[in-house]
This record gives sequence, C-alpha cells and structure tokens, in this order.
Amino acid sequence: MKVLVPVKRVLDYNVKPRVKADGTGVDLANVKMSMNPFDEIAVEEAIRLKEGKNGGGVTEIVAVSIGEQKSQETLRTALAMGADRAILVVSDEKVEPLGVAKLLKAIVDAEKPDLVILGKQAIDDDNNQTGQMLAGLLGVGQATFASKVELTADSVTVTREVDGGSETEKLSLPAIITTDLRLNEPRYASLPNIMKAKSKPLDQKTPADYGVDVTPRLTTLKVVEPPKRTAGVKVADVDELVAKLKALGVAK
Amino acid sequence: MKTLVWVEHDGKTVKDATLAVVTAASKLGEVDLLVAGSGIDAVAAEAARIAGVSNVLTADNAALEHPLAETVAPLIVKLMADHDAFLAPATSNGKNIAPRVAALLDVMQISDILSVESADTFTRPIYAGNAIATVQTSDKKLVITVRGTAFEKAAPEGGTANVVSTDSAGLEQSVSTYVGSEIAKLERPELTSAKIIVSGGRALASSENFHAVIEPLADKLGAAVGASRAAVDAGYVPNDYQVGQTGKIVAPEVYMAIGISGAIQHLAGMKDSKTIIAINKDEDAPIFQVADIGLVGDLFKIVPELTSKL
Ligand SMILES: Cc1cc2nc3c(=O)[nH]c(=O)nc-3n(C[C@H](O)[C@H](O)[C@H](O)COP(=O)(O)OP(=O)(O)OC[C@H]3O[C@@H](n4cnc5c(N)ncnc54)[C@H](O)[C@@H]3O)c2cc1C
Ligand SMILES: Nc1ncnc2c1ncn2[C@@H]1O[C@H](COP(=O)(O)O)[C@@H](O)[C@H]1O
Repeated sequence: MKVLVPVKRVLDYNVKPRVKADGTGVDLANVKMSMNPFDEIAVEEAIRLKEGKNGGGVTEIVAVSIGEQKSQETLRTALAMGADRAILVVSDEKVEPLGVAKLLKAIVDAEKPDLVILGKQAIDDDNNQTGQMLAGLLGVGQATFASKVELTADSVTVTREVDGGSETEKLSLPAIITTDLRLNEPRYASLPNIMKAKSKPLDQKTPADYGVDVTPRLTTLKVVEPPKRTAGVKVADVDELVAKLKALGVAK
Repeated sequence: MKTLVWVEHDGKTVKDATLAVVTAASKLGEVDLLVAGSGIDAVAAEAARIAGVSNVLTADNAALEHPLAETVAPLIVKLMADHDAFLAPATSNGKNIAPRVAALLDVMQISDILSVESADTFTRPIYAGNAIATVQTSDKKLVITVRGTAFEKAAPEGGTANVVSTDSAGLEQSVSTYVGSEIAKLERPELTSAKIIVSGGRALASSENFHAVIEPLADKLGAAVGASRAAVDAGYVPNDYQVGQTGKIVAPEVYMAIGISGAIQHLAGMKDSKTIIAINKDEDAPIFQVADIGLVGDLFKIVPELTSKL
C-alpha cells in the first residue's frame, strides 16, 4: 500500500509571529521555518503504518509539498523521518487550499495511493480545509481530526476528536485522513537518517505540469495586529481576589 | 443575497453555535436554515422560532442520522443552486463539512470569520490569532465558517419561519460509515457558551489533583472547566476540555487560568475573554501579560482557600 503525505513549510510554532508594519502580512524574513506540526504527525503515522503498527500493510510513503524552492528542506525532513521519496510542486506565489487540493488530486490520480494523510490545519493561515477539499474532489471518504488509525487491506477505521468527545468512522480505501495532536508523538530524525535522506529521490514539478490553475480566489486586503491586552493588576492575597470577584459580580 | 445556514443539532435541540451563525448570515442577506438529520421535526420547529429566519429547509433521512460530510455535502451543494452563501459554525462538524461543500462548488472557503465587512469582504484570524486578516473573495458563491464568539447570538425565540421539506432521496453512500461515538456527559455548563470558565494546566500534576482542586472552585462559581493542552496530554482531563488554537475558542465573562503558563497556542483560544484571572507561582509567566487580575503563589494553597472563601 502507498501513502501520500502532504507537508507544508510554515513559521516555526515557537516563533512569535510579527505583523509587518505596512500591513501586508506576517514577517517571514530571517525567521525559523519548520514543517507544520500536524504534518509531522501525519508523516509519523505513515511511518508507523509502514513499520507494521496500527494494522500496517504500507510499503511506500511519498511526501509532497507545494511552495517555494525552500520547501525542499521540509521534504528532506520528511525523508529523514522515514518517507521514501518526495515531490515538490514549485510555486513562488502562495497557493490556497483549493489550489493545493486540486494539485493533490492530480498527484493522487497519477500515484494512486491508498491513503492520504494530511495535517488538520496549517498553523500559518489556520484554514483547516485542504484534506476535506481533496476528499470532496476525489469523491472518497474523509476522517478529519484523527486520534487513532487502524488500517486493514480494504478499509481504515479512524477515531476522530469531535466537540463533545470522540467519534469512530470506517472508510473504504482510498481514503483521506487529517491528523489531530494526540494521534502520535513524531520522532526526531537521526543524524544517519538525515544523511541518507539527501540521496532519496525528490522530484520537482510545477502546477502547469498537472494542468491545474492555482489562481487565488481570495485577496488579502490587509493584516493587522489584534487588539492588544495589557497586563492588569496583581493582587496580594486570596482576600483581595475574592473582593475582585465580588466586584465583577461572579461571587456573592 | 440568499444565505443557507447549516443547523448544528443533536437530534433533539438546536446547538447554540447555530445562533451566532444566523447573525453573521443576516449581515449578508436573507437567511434560510438547513436542518438535516433523521426524525428532526422538533429540531425544525425550534429552528423556525429563531428570529430573522425566512425558511427552514428540512432533510429527514435515516442516512443523515450522523452528519457525515460525505452524505451532507452533496445535499448542501444541491440546495446551493438557489442560495448565494453557505455558512456553518466553526465547530468540529462545521469544519468537517464546509470545505467539502466548497470544493464541490469550486470556491475557496473563508474560515472562521470574525466579522462581515461587506458582501465579499471578511476578517479572520491567522497565525493562532496573532494577526487578523481582511480578505476579499472573487468567488460567485460563498462558503464560510463562523467563529461563534465573534457574533452576538440571534434570539432563539420570536421568529416564524416556514418549514419546507426538501428532497433528500439518494443520499445513501458507502465510502464511509459511522461506527460509534463517546460523547462525555456534561454536568457543568458547556465550554463554548459558559459565562465563567476555570481552566487548569500542567501544574495540577495529576488527574486526582485536577478533580480535587479545580472542580470544587468551578462548582462554587457555576463555571465550566477547561484545560491547557499539557493537562489534556498528560491525561488529567478528556481532550474536549482543551482551550486554544487547536482546541476550543472561548470568550467568557471571566476566564481563570490556574497553573497555566500562557503559551501563544493557549492564549489563541481565550484572549478575547472579558476578564482574565491568572494564578501562577511564577511571577514572570506570560499569562500575567494578558491577565487583568493576577495572583502569584502556589495554586495548591490558593485555590482551596479561594474556594472556601467564596
Ligand atoms: C501545533 C500546536 C498546537 C497547540 N495547541 C494548543 C492548544 O490548543 N491549547 C493549549 O493549551 N496548548 C496548545 N499547545 C501547547 C502549548 O504550546 C503549551 O505547551 C501548553 O499550552 C502548555 O500548557 P501549560 O501552560 O499547562 O503547561 P506549562 O507551560 O508547563 O505551564 C505550567 C505553569 O504552571 C505554573 N506552576 C507550576 N506549579 C505551580 C503551582 N504549584 N502553583 C501555581 N503555578 C504553578 C508554572 O509556573 C507554569 O507557568 C499547542 C502546541 C502546538 C505545537
Ligand atoms: N502548500 C502545501 N503543501 C503541502 N501540503 C499542504 C499545503 N497546504 C496545506 N497542506 C496540507 O493540508 C493540511 C491542512 O492545511 P490547511 O487547510 O491550509 O489548514 C496541512 O496540514 C498539510 O498537510
């Protein structure tokens, strides 16, 4: 079985985003970029399936990224973790989830994977759309926000995190899964594996190769900082806190 | 503009999240609601009483008992022939269904909107709420998810919408099946609609402590209980307690963060609360930078004392 794992290069989650003074976006110059944390979880899950855990049966993992040349680094990370080969669809312009989903559909049509495991959301634009869109375009089942995956030869059973608790669905293959935080804890790539990853195949394509129009539908008019909260007062003890709670009307 | 709002319900009553979406939709134009499910007469009747709604479209079909995106999306796509905008709450169900609808309509979804600026322009949070983007769409039809805390709730009573049943034949599909669910029974107010929230973090150090320290305070205040991801990951409480970028987004009157450091991913979920109160032994914890009221000290001493003095 083959698994496709789309991975996105984003601002590292430990870096505090700074809005550019001209209001055009968030400053990405000279800041640390990393693989989207949910995508690390997706790669990890694919590797575990290949290692025979959670049902297993996976023999090949293909990592895909859509973005600028530097997204190669993100793909090399996926390869160092354990993906077998990678495809970079180069685009210097930002590609929206709809465009990404269309490119992924074209790649799925060519590669015929049994599973596509994506992150539930990219932590830059927080869209939370791509996996669901891909499933819609392919007309296949989708299990979003996965916290547990069990694979068999012709189906996958996924436990999903939903508002009140969890829900389980069974999908026939091929199927789309998006990962939630508690699915697994991603491994770090070892130094030997980082070296090995350098010689794993990484194909380069363009949206035109797939005949996909990725013209954005949304225009960002401006980006601003949210209203700032300022630090308030510190109280000295519990009695003062009780008085404050009474003043707020939440305690009698 | 004619809008269609997906009604979130549990088969018995309309979920609160729907009401904020009705308000957002009414800023765009006429509001129709879709109640999809199995045996949903009571829900449809309740939906018809929401103020400002023109029509309640019902799709009553055993295949719709659980709102699987694979089944619901084609139904919505069909109804979108007569509507210009589809709106759903940014809940786990809404986030699961809406993008599939968008893809089938070939439009780019606008996720988690905070405001309606005009018929094609909206604001939405990016980077865990560290930036607010104003986006304009060029799509002919709109697909939108709505952040519940950003809009007033429409009045649940006072409306007199028509209930119209729609054709939902042929929705059975076989690519996915619902197996089961484990939904926690709530003895306390629901996080996303609570007026007061008491949240605990990693500092609680065990599930026993969490129950013994946080819950009595919450009960005294009639509050909902929340948690940081660290507390959830450590297994002190179930995952649906998590507040933050990837958990629930809340904006209560009062949010108490107890033994929570204030990571940006946590702040993303609660910084729009009216009053934030922080209890932490580290006076330099980032949570104090956003707290209106802070108390530095050991939570295991402070919280029991506070509970007894309330
Ligand atoms: C992609 C991604 C998404 C994330 N999403 C979320 C999310 O949605 N929600 C979320 O919460 N986190 C999220 N996180 C995790 C986040 O980065 C933090 O790790 C987490 O919020 C920390 O939880 P905490 O504050 O409970 O723990 P810590 O950061 O360990 O803080 C514990 C605090 O307790 C204090 N303390 C310790 N003992 C005592 C005591 N006896 N009395 C008083 N105070 C004490 C300490 O001073 C410290 O400030 C996410 C992370 C990633 C990478
Ligand atoms: N440019 C991209 N390249 C590769 N994968 C992507 C890209 N954008 C989104 N994805 C995938 O889709 C998931 C959800 O992203 P989003 O819908 O943008 O929040 C991510 O976690 C990735 O797995």
